[in-house]
Amino acid sequence: MSDSKTVSPSFEKVQASLAKRYARERRFRAMGLGAILLGLSFVAILFITIIGNGYTAFEQTYLKLPIYLDPQVIDPEGTRDPEVIRQASFRNVVRQPLREMFPEVKGRRDKRLLYKLLSGDAPHEVKERVLDDPSLIGKKVELWLLADDEVDMLVKGHIPRDTLLEGSKAKLVGWVDKLQAEGRIEKRFNALFFTRGDSREPEQAGIAGAVAGSFYTLLVTLLLSFPIGVAAAIYLEEFAPKNRFTDLIEVNINNLAAVPSIVFGLLGLAVFINWFGLPRSAPLVGGLVLTLMTLPTIIIAGRAALKSVPPSIREAALGVGASHMQTITHHVLPLALPGMLTGAIIGMAQALGETAPLLMIGMVAFIVDVPQGPLDPATVLPVQIYLWADSPERAFVERTSAAIMVLLAFLIAMNAVAIILRRRFERRW
Amino acid sequence: MSLIETTMVGEETAGETPAVSRPEQAMQEDLGADFQTVGEIRVDNPAISTTGVQVYYGDKHAIRNVSLDIGRNQVVAMIGPSGCGKSTYLRCLNRMNDTIESCRVEGEILLDGENIYDKAIDVVALRARVGMVFQKPNPFPKSIYDNIAYGPRIHGLAANRTELDEVVERSLKRAGLWEEVKDRLDAPGTGLSGGQQQRLCIARAIAVEPEVVLMDEPASALDPIATARIEELIDELRENYTIAIVTHSMQQAARVSQRTAYFHMGHLVEVGETTQIFTNPRHKLTEDYITGRFG
Repeated sequence: MSDSKTVSPSFEKVQASLAKRYARERRFRAMGLGAILLGLSFVAILFITIIGNGYTAFEQTYLKLPIYLDPQVIDPEGTRDPEVIRQASFRNVVRQPLREMFPEVKGRRDKRLLYKLLSGDAPHEVKERVLDDPSLIGKKVELWLLADDEVDMLVKGHIPRDTLLEGSKAKLVGWVDKLQAEGRIEKRFNALFFTRGDSREPEQAGIAGAVAGSFYTLLVTLLLSFPIGVAAAIYLEEFAPKNRFTDLIEVNINNLAAVPSIVFGLLGLAVFINWFGLPRSAPLVGGLVLTLMTLPTIIIAGRAALKSVPPSIREAALGVGASHMQTITHHVLPLALPGMLTGAIIGMAQALGETAPLLMIGMVAFIVDVPQGPLDPATVLPVQIYLWADSPERAFVERTSAAIMVLLAFLIAMNAVAIILRRRFERRW
Repeated sequence: MSLIETTMVGEETAGETPAVSRPEQAMQEDLGADFQTVGEIRVDNPAISTTGVQVYYGDKHAIRNVSLDIGRNQVVAMIGPSGCGKSTYLRCLNRMNDTIESCRVEGEILLDGENIYDKAIDVVALRARVGMVFQKPNPFPKSIYDNIAYGPRIHGLAANRTELDEVVERSLKRAGLWEEVKDRLDAPGTGLSGGQQQRLCIARAIAVEPEVVLMDEPASALDPIATARIEELIDELRENYTIAIVTHSMQQAARVSQRTAYFHMGHLVEVGETTQIFTNPRHKLTEDYITGRFG
């Protein structure tokens, strides 16, 4: 502005205000960027902590032991009858090699500690091996057996050696060192974590039971809440007269979406279990409770999706003589479906992560068996996480994190499916 | 002709924000409940004959005592300033107003002598007889073929695929779109240009063989060339169909219609032969409107 005489005074004011306006815009942008960076850093911290704590749970420590499958103990008659083998005690069979490898260990207490190198599940493991292949009886075989969780923690470095050396289990460290030096300790992929139900022993605990429980619970939830929610949304949006009564229903649905989930759990306890007499801890009841919880989400999303269909499409269909129902099923619903599906999947993801209402209906019980149907007692992934987080054993810490990782993986997968569905079915008009 | 030329100047700003210098009082003037339409409201052998039509949106009285005949194989144009009720009146003729909850229609609307608001009349059947083309081209988000075939399919007009193909071809030919789309009937209807989309919508409307086609400002979203094409088409369609068209453009009304009806604040002010309305309007309001004094 070298030639300021040609510039009108009002333009000078504009010039002066410009700098202010730009500064305001820069401040706003910086704040927005800051908020996003803050959010991202929290997410990063969360993921780093969980993955850092949990990744070791996907490996488990195994011991290689030379096991003599003594026919005198296993099958004294030599019948090779699976029933006889099943009755036999394999406890001494797995303890024998430990005694031979560490002959210097004397005394009841030390011996008990020595046997604790192996998981309590080891005799059962050997029995299964023999049942699979009875010809092994009478032979001496090198078998990889599941180590106890404390050995596992020591090998993975989760329990500091110094801490153990000071305590009553000091000798354990020496034995593990010796076994390691002989190459008899190895970390292998932890398949048991994905195939077993819960257990008091961390090395035997898996998430299969919780995953199956979550699956059945969500199946019941989806089968009930999607059709009911979509039907309710269509009725309210397309058929219901607009009057005080439907306004009241709308307000109530919006309020239900904000009701704390534990209230739905209490309702489920009172109605489904006490009144209807449905079984406790069952995924069926969990699914019913979560249906109540996700219905408002699905109805609200469904109505929004229906509302977003342009009225011109409805008019076009009505104009060529389509009935009200034909207009909805042929034109409105196909266009609204992606939005409805997205709402349903987000509702399902919400239900998958829900803990509180399921505590009220007994899905917090300690259940070892993997449920085989929606009526079997079960627990779900988030409740399993809660249970493990409550357990004192050090090995449950990594398992808790690992279960969280599995839960997060499911949630991310579900949200990805929602995005893909929306992209695929989205049509322009 | 010169008269129509002069209206063009007024047309440019019509419907937007009327300039202060315009005779506002003419627009605001209430014609009163016992106003009588000027001109010949009746014709011989009408396709649609309406008597004393009243439309209310809640408390708002949108159409006041309109009586009008729509002649068979004629084009009747409805003109008037924004909010005068011409679209509302048009939407009464195939009961599209039923979808608006607060809307109430009184009076008599006879289609071939039958009252379409009679309880015995099925609204779906009625809309198969009275088709509609809307202001904004609104093809279904489906293929060109399915857009046309949808109406015949739901009404069961074609027994098999061959017949349906014939219906689609005939409709597209009548709408003057066949040559442009015959090689891409599977392409989405929404991929056509605006003018083509509107002709597709006309083809869709005539595919169910209606007697009457209602057009609500069918060319207002189109460029002049596409508009000219639609106007030609309307003229051709007159042979087989009765057409009622609402338009903002007075030139369009003059070009395509045989009779013109001028609406003002819910009243039908004047109706008559198009040439008479544009050269020798009888009512002061009609004259003011077509000479561009307000709009």
